[in-house]
Amino acid sequence: MSQLPLERKVLSENDRIAAELRRRFADQGVLCLNLISSPGSGKTTLLERTLEAFPPSTRVAVLTGDIQTENDAARLRRFGFPVRQITTGGTCHLDARMIERALADWRSVSCDLLFIENVGNLVCPASYDLGEAAKVVVLSVTEGEDKPLKYPAIFLKSKLLVLSKIDLLPYVPFDMAAAEHNARVIHPEIDVVKLSCLTGAGLEQWRAWIEERCHELQSLRGAVVT
Amino acid sequence: MHELGIAASVLQEAQQEAQRHPGTRLRKIKVRVGELAGVNPEALSFSFEVLVRDAGLEPLELEIETCPRQQRCPACRQTFRVAEYDLRCPGCGTAETEFASGDELELASLEMEDYEPTAVGAKSS
Repeated sequence: MSQLPLERKVLSENDRIAAELRRRFADQGVLCLNLISSPGSGKTTLLERTLEAFPPSTRVAVLTGDIQTENDAARLRRFGFPVRQITTGGTCHLDARMIERALADWRSVSCDLLFIENVGNLVCPASYDLGEAAKVVVLSVTEGEDKPLKYPAIFLKSKLLVLSKIDLLPYVPFDMAAAEHNARVIHPEIDVVKLSCLTGAGLEQWRAWIEERCHELQSLRGAVVT
Repeated sequence: MHELGIAASVLQEAQQEAQRHPGTRLRKIKVRVGELAGVNPEALSFSFEVLVRDAGLEPLELEIETCPRQQRCPACRQTFRVAEYDLRCPGCGTAETEFASGDELELASLEMEDYEPTAVGAKSS
C-alpha cells in the first residue's frame, strides 16, 4: 500500500469560489458582511433597523438565506433596497456557490455594501467561506453567555460580535462580562458591539463599525490603484 | 449537522485525485480535523460510512486525526497546546498570545493499492 500526500483543504472547491467572489468584491469596491447566529438572535431585525436608517440613495443590497420561506426577504424589501432570498431547501448553511449563483442572475444590481444573512445556525456556516470581508456573529442576551465556548469556530472566525436584545438584560440572568470574556478567550481580537433593535441603543456603534470597514476597504483599494 | 456535506466533499476530492492514477485502488483517506473546525469527527465518520456503503465503495476507510488548539507566544516565539481555554504562555505567562492552529479541515493523504509513487514528495508506507 502506498501513500499519496495531498495536504489540501477539504472544502477547496468552496474556497476557490469564495476567493473569486472576494476578488470580485474588492475590484468593485463592495463591502460584503456575512451575518451568522442561532435562529432567533435577531439578524433580520438588525438588518431592518440598519436598512431603515440608510438614505434611499445608499447602494446597499441583501442576500438572505433560509431553509424555507421568503418571509425574511419580504420583511427586508419594505425599505426599498434590493433584497433576494436564497432558500436552501434543507441545507443548514449558505455556501460560496449559492452566493455566486444568486449574484449571477442579479446582474442589474450594483452595490457598495452587501449583507449576507446566513441560515440561523452557529455551527455549519462557520466552515463555509462566502468571500465576505468579515463575518459578524450575533448573540442575544436570552442565550447562554457560554456560547462562545460551546461554538468556538464561529467566534474564532468572526471579526465582530454583536450582543443583541440588551433591552432584556433586566429580565434575564445574562452575564455580559462573562460573555465578552468567553468570546475573547476564543478570539482575543474580536470587536464587540452591544445593541438593542427595540430601543435603538448601540445601533450608532454598529453603523460606525460598518462605516470603518467601508473606509478600510476604500483605503485598501486606493493603495492598490496608486 | 453538515458533516454529510463535508464527507461528500472528502470523498469527491479523494476520488478525483485517485482517478489521476489509473490502475490504483483507493483504500484509505486521511483527514485532519481541528477541535475548532466545527466538525464532529464521529458524525463525519458515520456520514462517510453511509456514503461509502451507498456507492458500493467498501472497504474504503476514513482516518481522522484530530488536532488541538495551539497558540503562539510572540515574545517567546514558542507554540503551545491550549488546555481548558487557558491562553497564557507557559514560558512567560503573558495572555497576549496569537492563534496558531486548531481550525484544520484538511485532506492529508490517500492510501492506494497498486500506486507507484513517482512524484516528488510522495512517499511509500
